[in-house]
Amino acid sequence: MKLWRIPLDSQTVQTPKGIVHILEDRCKGCGYCIEFCPKKVLQFSNRFNKKGYHPPEAMNEGDCVNCHFCEIICPEFAIYSMEDTRA
Amino acid sequence: MEPSARHMPHPLDDLLRVDRIPHIWCPGCGIGTVFSSCLTSMKSSGIDLAKTVMVSGIGCSGRGAGYVNLDSYHTTHGRALPFATGMKLANPELNVVVFSGDGDLFAIGGNHFIHAARRNIELTVVCVNNFNYGMTGGQVAATTPFLAKTTTTSLGNPDSPFNLPLLAFAAGATYVARWTVLHARELMGSIQEALLKKGFSFIEVLAPCPVNYGRRNKLSLLDTMRLYQQKTIIKNGASPTELDIDFSRGVVLGKFIDIQRPTCIESYDRTCRPQEIAEGKAA
Ligand SMILES: Cc1ncc(C[n+]2csc(CCOP(=O)(O)OP(=O)(O)O)c2C)c(N)n1
Ligand code: SF4
Ligand code: SF4
Ligand code: SF4
Ligand SMILES: [Mg+2]
Repeated sequence: MKLWRIPLDSQTVQTPKGIVHILEDRCKGCGYCIEFCPKKVLQFSNRFNKKGYHPPEAMNEGDCVNCHFCEIICPEFAIYSMEDTRA
Repeated sequence: MEPSARHMPHPLDDLLRVDRIPHIWCPGCGIGTVFSSCLTSMKSSGIDLAKTVMVSGIGCSGRGAGYVNLDSYHTTHGRALPFATGMKLANPELNVVVFSGDGDLFAIGGNHFIHAARRNIELTVVCVNNFNYGMTGGQVAATTPFLAKTTTTSLGNPDSPFNLPLLAFAAGATYVARWTVLHARELMGSIQEALLKKGFSFIEVLAPCPVNYGRRNKLSLLDTMRLYQQKTIIKNGASPTELDIDFSRGVVLGKFIDIQRPTCIESYDRTCRPQEIAEGKAA
Protein backbone atom coordinates (compact mmCIF):
# COMPACT_ATOMS: atom_id res chain seq x y z
CA MET A 1 0.00 0.00 0.00
CA LYS A 2 1.29 3.51 -0.87
CA LEU A 3 0.98 6.05 1.93
CA TRP A 4 1.18 9.81 1.30
CA ARG A 5 2.71 10.29 4.73
CA ILE A 6 4.05 7.95 7.38
CA PRO A 7 1.36 7.49 10.04
CA LEU A 8 2.37 8.92 13.41
CA ASP A 9 1.73 5.62 15.15
CA SER A 10 3.64 3.53 12.60
CA GLN A 11 6.17 2.57 15.26
CA THR A 12 3.58 1.05 17.57
CA VAL A 13 1.08 -0.47 15.14
CA GLN A 14 1.87 -4.07 14.33
CA THR A 15 0.85 -5.42 10.95
CA PRO A 16 -0.46 -8.98 11.19
CA LYS A 17 1.52 -11.63 9.37
CA GLY A 18 -0.08 -14.47 7.52
CA ILE A 19 0.81 -17.74 5.87
CA VAL A 20 -1.11 -18.66 2.77
CA HIS A 21 -2.10 -22.28 2.15
CA ILE A 22 -3.02 -23.52 -1.31
CA LEU A 23 -4.94 -26.72 -2.05
CA GLU A 24 -3.49 -26.97 -5.53
CA ASP A 25 -5.72 -29.67 -6.98
CA ARG A 26 -8.88 -27.67 -6.25
CA CYS A 27 -7.70 -24.59 -8.17
CA LYS A 28 -9.22 -23.76 -11.58
CA GLY A 29 -6.79 -20.97 -12.36
CA CYS A 30 -9.22 -18.02 -12.41
CA GLY A 31 -6.57 -15.69 -10.99
CA TYR A 32 -8.91 -13.77 -8.67
CA CYS A 33 -6.68 -14.36 -5.64
CA ILE A 34 -3.66 -13.09 -7.58
CA GLU A 35 -5.44 -10.02 -8.98
CA PHE A 36 -7.12 -8.91 -5.76
CA CYS A 37 -4.50 -9.67 -3.10
CA PRO A 38 -3.87 -6.19 -1.67
CA LYS A 39 -0.21 -7.02 -1.06
CA LYS A 40 0.48 -8.72 -4.41
CA VAL A 41 1.75 -11.80 -2.63
CA LEU A 42 0.63 -14.33 -5.23
CA GLN A 43 1.49 -15.27 -8.81
CA PHE A 44 0.66 -18.15 -11.15
CA SER A 45 3.09 -21.03 -10.73
CA ASN A 46 4.52 -22.96 -13.66
CA ARG A 47 3.25 -26.22 -12.20
CA PHE A 48 0.16 -27.95 -13.54
CA ASN A 49 -2.34 -29.42 -11.11
CA LYS A 50 -4.30 -32.64 -11.68
CA LYS A 51 -6.84 -30.85 -13.86
CA GLY A 52 -4.25 -29.01 -15.92
CA TYR A 53 -4.53 -25.55 -14.33
CA HIS A 54 -1.67 -23.45 -12.98
CA PRO A 55 -2.35 -22.93 -9.27
CA PRO A 56 -1.05 -19.79 -7.60
CA GLU A 57 2.06 -19.71 -5.45
CA ALA A 58 3.28 -17.19 -2.90
CA MET A 59 6.18 -15.19 -4.28
CA ASN A 60 6.37 -12.66 -1.43
CA GLU A 61 5.04 -14.71 1.43
CA GLY A 62 6.58 -12.39 4.00
CA ASP A 63 4.26 -9.61 2.75
CA CYS A 64 1.04 -11.50 3.52
CA VAL A 65 -1.01 -9.59 6.11
CA ASN A 66 -3.51 -12.41 6.78
CA CYS A 67 -6.41 -10.36 5.42
CA HIS A 68 -8.10 -13.55 4.11
CA PHE A 69 -9.23 -11.84 0.91
CA CYS A 70 -7.79 -14.59 -1.30
CA GLU A 71 -9.72 -17.09 0.79
CA ILE A 72 -12.97 -15.12 0.55
CA ILE A 73 -12.83 -14.45 -3.19
CA CYS A 74 -11.70 -17.95 -4.28
CA PRO A 75 -14.67 -19.76 -5.84
CA GLU A 76 -13.00 -23.14 -5.33
CA PHE A 77 -12.15 -23.43 -1.61
CA ALA A 78 -8.57 -23.73 -2.82
CA ILE A 79 -6.70 -21.08 -0.81
CA TYR A 80 -6.76 -19.66 2.69
CA SER A 81 -4.55 -17.75 5.06
CA MET A 82 -3.68 -18.30 8.69
CA GLU A 83 -1.91 -16.15 11.23
CA ASP A 84 1.84 -16.65 11.19
CA THR A 85 2.75 -17.40 14.78
CA ARG A 86 6.34 -18.40 14.02
CA ALA A 87 7.95 -15.00 14.71
CA MET B 1 5.43 -23.06 2.01
CA GLU B 2 5.85 -26.37 3.82
CA PRO B 3 4.76 -29.22 1.54
CA SER B 4 2.48 -30.57 4.29
CA ALA B 5 0.48 -27.34 4.19
CA ARG B 6 -0.98 -28.41 0.85
CA HIS B 7 -2.83 -31.24 2.55
CA MET B 8 -4.32 -29.19 5.36
CA PRO B 9 -8.09 -28.88 5.21
CA HIS B 10 -9.74 -25.64 4.12
CA PRO B 11 -11.53 -23.82 7.00
CA LEU B 12 -14.90 -24.51 5.33
CA ASP B 13 -14.31 -28.21 4.69
CA ASP B 14 -16.52 -29.19 7.64
CA LEU B 15 -19.50 -27.53 5.90
CA LEU B 16 -18.66 -28.96 2.47
CA ARG B 17 -19.32 -32.36 0.97
CA VAL B 18 -15.62 -32.57 0.17
CA ASP B 19 -16.02 -35.77 -1.82
CA ARG B 20 -17.85 -33.65 -4.43
CA ILE B 21 -15.14 -30.97 -4.62
CA PRO B 22 -13.97 -29.68 -7.14
CA HIS B 23 -17.54 -28.64 -7.88
CA ILE B 24 -19.05 -28.40 -11.38
CA TRP B 25 -18.89 -24.61 -11.67
CA CYS B 26 -16.70 -23.29 -14.52
CA PRO B 27 -13.36 -21.54 -13.88
CA GLY B 28 -14.06 -18.00 -12.68
CA CYS B 29 -17.78 -18.63 -12.16
CA GLY B 30 -18.99 -16.37 -9.33
CA ILE B 31 -21.35 -18.95 -7.82
CA GLY B 32 -18.50 -20.54 -5.84
CA THR B 33 -17.66 -17.23 -4.17
CA VAL B 34 -21.30 -16.58 -3.24
CA PHE B 35 -21.56 -20.12 -1.90
CA SER B 36 -18.38 -19.79 0.12
CA SER B 37 -19.57 -16.43 1.55
CA CYS B 38 -22.85 -18.07 2.47
CA LEU B 39 -21.12 -20.92 4.34
CA THR B 40 -18.79 -18.54 6.17
CA SER B 41 -21.76 -16.41 7.25
CA MET B 42 -23.72 -19.44 8.39
CA LYS B 43 -20.79 -20.32 10.62
CA SER B 44 -20.05 -16.84 11.93
CA SER B 45 -23.69 -15.93 12.62
CA GLY B 46 -23.80 -18.45 15.45
CA ILE B 47 -27.07 -20.05 14.27
CA ASP B 48 -27.54 -23.70 15.20
CA LEU B 49 -26.25 -25.52 12.12
CA ALA B 50 -27.85 -28.76 13.23
CA LYS B 51 -31.16 -26.95 12.70
CA THR B 52 -30.23 -25.28 9.41
CA VAL B 53 -31.22 -26.45 5.94
CA MET B 54 -30.31 -25.22 2.48
CA VAL B 55 -32.81 -25.38 -0.36
CA SER B 56 -32.05 -24.80 -4.04
CA GLY B 57 -33.95 -25.03 -7.30
CA ILE B 58 -32.52 -25.97 -10.69
CA GLY B 59 -29.66 -24.26 -12.52
CA CYS B 60 -25.92 -23.91 -12.00
CA SER B 61 -26.64 -21.88 -8.85
CA GLY B 62 -29.18 -24.51 -7.85
CA ARG B 63 -26.35 -26.99 -7.38
CA GLY B 64 -25.53 -25.21 -4.10
CA ALA B 65 -27.73 -27.46 -1.98
CA GLY B 66 -25.78 -30.47 -3.22
CA TYR B 67 -22.46 -29.24 -1.84
CA VAL B 68 -23.38 -28.25 1.70
CA ASN B 69 -22.70 -30.78 4.42
CA LEU B 70 -26.00 -30.11 6.20
CA ASP B 71 -29.53 -31.25 5.51
CA SER B 72 -30.35 -29.82 2.12
CA TYR B 73 -32.93 -30.09 -0.58
CA HIS B 74 -32.44 -29.85 -4.35
CA THR B 75 -35.96 -29.16 -5.59
CA THR B 76 -37.63 -28.86 -8.99
CA HIS B 77 -37.08 -25.80 -11.18
CA GLY B 78 -38.56 -22.62 -9.70
CA ARG B 79 -39.91 -24.36 -6.62
CA ALA B 80 -37.21 -23.74 -4.01
CA LEU B 81 -39.46 -21.26 -2.19
CA PRO B 82 -42.56 -23.46 -1.94
CA PHE B 83 -40.45 -26.32 -0.54
CA ALA B 84 -38.68 -23.94 1.84
CA THR B 85 -42.02 -22.47 2.95
CA GLY B 86 -43.35 -25.92 3.72
CA MET B 87 -40.26 -26.80 5.75
CA LYS B 88 -40.41 -23.60 7.78
CA LEU B 89 -44.12 -23.88 8.52
CA ALA B 90 -43.90 -27.56 9.44
CA ASN B 91 -40.84 -27.06 11.60
CA PRO B 92 -40.60 -23.40 12.66
CA GLU B 93 -37.37 -23.87 14.59
CA LEU B 94 -35.40 -24.55 11.38
CA ASN B 95 -33.23 -21.86 9.82
CA VAL B 96 -34.05 -22.16 6.13
CA VAL B 97 -31.60 -20.77 3.58
CA VAL B 98 -32.62 -20.63 -0.07
CA PHE B 99 -29.67 -20.52 -2.46
CA SER B 100 -30.62 -20.30 -6.12
CA GLY B 101 -30.33 -18.47 -9.44
CA ASP B 102 -32.05 -15.48 -10.99
CA GLY B 103 -33.89 -17.65 -13.51
CA ASP B 104 -35.02 -20.13 -10.91
CA LEU B 105 -36.21 -17.51 -8.41
CA PHE B 106 -37.56 -14.80 -10.72
CA ALA B 107 -38.56 -16.35 -14.05
CA ILE B 108 -40.20 -19.76 -13.53
CA GLY B 109 -40.28 -19.13 -9.75
CA GLY B 110 -41.25 -15.45 -9.78
CA ASN B 111 -44.77 -16.01 -8.56
CA HIS B 112 -43.57 -18.01 -5.56
CA PHE B 113 -41.11 -15.26 -4.72
CA ILE B 114 -43.68 -12.47 -4.51
CA HIS B 115 -45.99 -14.54 -2.34
CA ALA B 116 -43.28 -15.75 0.04
CA ALA B 117 -42.26 -12.10 0.49
CA ARG B 118 -45.87 -10.92 0.84
CA ARG B 119 -46.55 -13.49 3.57
CA ASN B 120 -43.25 -12.63 5.29
CA ILE B 121 -42.17 -16.24 5.58
CA GLU B 122 -39.03 -16.29 7.71
CA LEU B 123 -36.48 -17.36 5.07
CA THR B 124 -33.06 -16.15 3.94
CA VAL B 125 -33.00 -16.01 0.15
CA VAL B 126 -29.62 -15.63 -1.58
CA CYS B 127 -30.01 -15.10 -5.32
CA VAL B 128 -27.01 -15.48 -7.61
CA ASN B 129 -27.77 -13.05 -10.43
CA ASN B 130 -25.55 -13.85 -13.40
CA PHE B 131 -27.94 -12.15 -15.85
CA ASN B 132 -28.78 -15.32 -17.77
CA TYR B 133 -29.72 -19.01 -17.68
CA GLY B 134 -26.21 -20.33 -17.27
CA MET B 135 -26.97 -24.02 -17.04
CA THR B 136 -28.97 -24.35 -20.25
CA GLY B 137 -26.52 -22.47 -22.47
CA GLY B 138 -26.92 -18.77 -21.75
CA GLN B 139 -30.47 -17.83 -22.74
CA VAL B 140 -32.03 -14.45 -21.96
CA ALA B 141 -33.44 -14.16 -18.43
CA ALA B 142 -35.79 -11.80 -16.62
CA THR B 143 -32.62 -10.14 -15.30
CA THR B 144 -30.64 -9.76 -18.54
CA PRO B 145 -29.67 -6.08 -18.89
CA PHE B 146 -31.20 -4.04 -21.73
CA LEU B 147 -29.29 -4.62 -25.00
CA ALA B 148 -27.09 -7.38 -23.55
CA LYS B 149 -26.36 -10.35 -25.80
CA THR B 150 -27.43 -13.87 -24.96
CA THR B 151 -27.98 -16.99 -27.09
CA THR B 152 -31.61 -15.96 -27.59
CA THR B 153 -30.99 -12.21 -27.98
CA SER B 154 -28.14 -12.15 -30.48
CA LEU B 155 -28.93 -8.57 -31.49
CA GLY B 156 -29.20 -7.42 -27.89
CA ASN B 157 -31.97 -7.78 -25.31
CA PRO B 158 -34.88 -5.52 -26.35
CA ASP B 159 -36.53 -5.81 -22.91
CA SER B 160 -35.82 -4.19 -19.55
CA PRO B 161 -34.70 -6.39 -16.68
CA PHE B 162 -36.30 -6.67 -13.26
CA ASN B 163 -34.97 -4.43 -10.53
CA LEU B 164 -34.88 -7.27 -7.99
CA PRO B 165 -34.52 -5.25 -4.76
CA LEU B 166 -37.49 -3.09 -5.82
CA LEU B 167 -39.52 -6.19 -6.59
CA ALA B 168 -38.62 -7.77 -3.24
CA PHE B 169 -39.42 -4.57 -1.33
CA ALA B 170 -42.72 -4.01 -3.14
CA ALA B 171 -43.77 -7.59 -2.44
CA GLY B 172 -43.08 -7.19 1.29
CA ALA B 173 -39.53 -8.39 2.08
CA THR B 174 -38.27 -7.08 5.43
CA TYR B 175 -34.54 -7.21 4.58
CA VAL B 176 -33.13 -6.37 1.14
CA ALA B 177 -29.50 -5.99 0.05
CA ARG B 178 -27.43 -6.23 -3.12
CA TRP B 179 -23.70 -6.90 -3.50
CA THR B 180 -21.33 -8.33 -6.10
CA VAL B 181 -18.92 -11.23 -5.56
CA LEU B 182 -16.09 -8.72 -5.38
CA HIS B 183 -17.85 -7.23 -2.33
CA ALA B 184 -17.71 -10.60 -0.60
CA ARG B 185 -16.89 -9.06 2.78
CA GLU B 186 -19.96 -6.80 2.75
CA LEU B 187 -21.95 -9.70 1.34
CA MET B 188 -21.02 -11.86 4.33
CA GLY B 189 -22.11 -9.08 6.68
CA SER B 190 -25.50 -8.97 4.96
CA ILE B 191 -26.02 -12.73 4.88
CA GLN B 192 -25.19 -12.88 8.56
CA GLU B 193 -27.75 -10.14 9.35
CA ALA B 194 -30.31 -11.82 7.15
CA LEU B 195 -29.83 -15.18 8.90
CA LEU B 196 -30.56 -13.53 12.24
CA LYS B 197 -33.49 -11.52 10.88
CA LYS B 198 -37.02 -12.50 11.84
CA GLY B 199 -38.71 -12.12 8.47
CA PHE B 200 -38.30 -12.64 4.74
CA SER B 201 -34.76 -11.59 3.76
CA PHE B 202 -33.50 -11.19 0.24
CA ILE B 203 -29.93 -10.73 -0.94
CA GLU B 204 -29.08 -10.31 -4.61
CA VAL B 205 -25.48 -11.07 -5.56
CA LEU B 206 -24.17 -10.04 -8.98
CA ALA B 207 -21.85 -12.77 -10.19
CA PRO B 208 -19.86 -13.49 -13.34
CA CYS B 209 -20.87 -16.32 -15.66
CA PRO B 210 -17.79 -16.06 -17.85
CA VAL B 211 -18.65 -19.06 -20.02
CA ASN B 212 -22.08 -17.97 -21.21
CA TYR B 213 -22.94 -14.38 -20.34
CA GLY B 214 -19.37 -13.10 -20.25
CA ARG B 215 -18.29 -14.63 -23.52
CA ARG B 216 -21.26 -13.24 -25.47
CA ASN B 217 -20.79 -9.77 -24.04
CA LYS B 218 -17.03 -9.74 -24.53
CA LEU B 219 -16.33 -9.69 -20.81
CA SER B 220 -13.47 -11.84 -19.57
CA LEU B 221 -13.58 -12.93 -15.94
CA LEU B 222 -11.35 -10.10 -14.84
CA ASP B 223 -13.28 -7.56 -16.99
CA THR B 224 -16.43 -8.42 -15.08
CA MET B 225 -14.68 -8.03 -11.74
CA ARG B 226 -13.28 -4.65 -12.84
CA LEU B 227 -16.77 -3.57 -13.81
CA TYR B 228 -17.89 -4.52 -10.31
CA GLN B 229 -14.98 -2.51 -8.92
CA GLN B 230 -15.29 0.60 -11.09
CA LYS B 231 -18.97 0.85 -12.00
CA THR B 232 -20.65 0.30 -8.66
CA ILE B 233 -21.62 2.76 -5.93
CA ILE B 234 -22.27 1.72 -2.33
CA LYS B 235 -25.32 3.57 -1.01
CA ASN B 236 -26.84 1.95 2.04
CA GLY B 237 -30.46 2.94 2.50
CA ALA B 238 -30.89 3.95 -1.16
CA SER B 239 -34.47 3.98 -2.38
CA PRO B 240 -35.32 0.72 -4.17
CA THR B 241 -36.55 2.76 -7.14
CA GLU B 242 -32.94 3.87 -7.83
CA LEU B 243 -31.62 0.37 -8.26
CA ASP B 244 -31.99 -0.39 -11.97
CA ILE B 245 -28.99 -2.28 -13.32
CA ASP B 246 -27.22 -0.17 -15.90
CA PHE B 247 -23.44 -0.43 -15.80
CA SER B 248 -23.03 2.59 -18.07
CA ARG B 249 -24.51 4.75 -15.29
CA GLY B 250 -23.24 2.75 -12.32
CA VAL B 251 -24.97 0.10 -10.26
CA VAL B 252 -25.99 0.84 -6.67
CA LEU B 253 -25.05 -1.71 -3.98
CA GLY B 254 -25.82 -1.81 -0.27
CA LYS B 255 -28.35 -2.70 2.34
CA PHE B 256 -31.57 -1.00 1.34
CA ILE B 257 -34.32 -2.32 3.58
CA ASP B 258 -34.28 -3.59 7.17
CA ILE B 259 -37.75 -3.32 8.70
CA GLN B 260 -39.92 -5.35 11.02
CA ARG B 261 -43.44 -6.69 10.57
CA PRO B 262 -45.21 -9.81 11.83
CA THR B 263 -44.04 -13.03 10.20
CA CYS B 264 -46.37 -15.51 8.58
CA ILE B 265 -46.25 -17.81 11.58
CA GLU B 266 -46.86 -15.00 14.08
CA SER B 267 -49.87 -13.68 12.15
CA TYR B 268 -51.24 -17.15 11.63
CA ASP B 269 -51.05 -18.06 15.28
CA ARG B 270 -52.58 -14.77 16.41
CA THR B 271 -55.41 -15.09 13.94
CA CYS B 272 -56.13 -18.79 13.85
CA ARG B 273 -54.81 -20.20 17.13
CA PRO B 274 -55.74 -17.70 19.88
CA GLN B 275 -56.64 -20.57 22.20
CA GLU B 276 -53.17 -22.17 21.89
CA ILE B 277 -51.50 -18.81 22.49
CA ALA B 278 -53.56 -18.35 25.64
CA GLU B 279 -52.42 -21.79 26.78
CA GLY B 280 -48.80 -21.01 25.88
CA LYS B 281 -48.59 -23.62 23.10
CA ALA B 282 -48.09 -21.23 20.15
CA ALA B 283 -46.03 -18.13 19.29
C1 LIG C 1 -39.66 -27.15 -15.53
C2 LIG C 1 -38.34 -26.87 -16.16
N1 LIG C 1 -38.25 -25.95 -17.14
C3 LIG C 1 -37.06 -25.66 -17.70
C4 LIG C 1 -35.93 -26.30 -17.28
C5 LIG C 1 -34.61 -25.99 -17.92
N2 LIG C 1 -33.75 -25.17 -17.09
C6 LIG C 1 -32.79 -25.73 -16.30
S1 LIG C 1 -31.90 -24.59 -15.47
C7 LIG C 1 -32.76 -23.30 -16.17
C8 LIG C 1 -32.46 -21.87 -15.87
C9 LIG C 1 -31.50 -21.65 -14.79
O1 LIG C 1 -31.20 -20.29 -14.67
P1 LIG C 1 -30.76 -19.68 -13.30
O2 LIG C 1 -31.71 -20.01 -12.24
O3 LIG C 1 -30.46 -18.22 -13.52
O4 LIG C 1 -29.43 -20.50 -12.93
P2 LIG C 1 -27.93 -20.36 -13.47
O5 LIG C 1 -27.68 -21.61 -14.24
O6 LIG C 1 -27.81 -19.12 -14.29
O7 LIG C 1 -27.12 -20.29 -12.21
C10 LIG C 1 -33.74 -23.80 -17.03
C11 LIG C 1 -34.67 -22.94 -17.81
C12 LIG C 1 -36.04 -27.25 -16.24
N3 LIG C 1 -34.97 -27.89 -15.74
N4 LIG C 1 -37.24 -27.52 -15.70
S1 SF4 D 1 -4.30 -13.21 3.09
FE1 SF4 D 1 -4.45 -11.20 2.06
S2 SF4 D 1 -2.32 -10.53 1.90
FE2 SF4 D 1 -2.25 -12.72 2.35
S3 SF4 D 1 -2.13 -13.69 0.31
FE3 SF4 D 1 -4.29 -13.62 0.89
S4 SF4 D 1 -5.05 -11.73 -0.04
FE4 SF4 D 1 -2.82 -11.59 -0.01
S1 SF4 E 1 -8.92 -17.76 -6.66
FE1 SF4 E 1 -8.85 -19.96 -6.18
S2 SF4 E 1 -9.32 -21.00 -8.11
FE2 SF4 E 1 -8.81 -18.89 -8.62
S3 SF4 E 1 -6.60 -18.95 -9.06
FE3 SF4 E 1 -6.80 -18.44 -6.89
S4 SF4 E 1 -6.69 -20.42 -5.83
FE4 SF4 E 1 -7.10 -20.87 -7.99
S1 SF4 F 1 -22.33 -21.85 -17.18
FE1 SF4 F 1 -22.03 -19.88 -16.20
S2 SF4 F 1 -23.21 -19.97 -14.30
FE2 SF4 F 1 -22.96 -22.08 -15.03
S3 SF4 F 1 -21.12 -22.84 -13.95
FE3 SF4 F 1 -20.47 -22.06 -15.94
S4 SF4 F 1 -19.88 -19.93 -15.56
FE4 SF4 F 1 -21.12 -20.61 -13.81
MG1 LIG G 1 -28.71 -17.26 -13.82
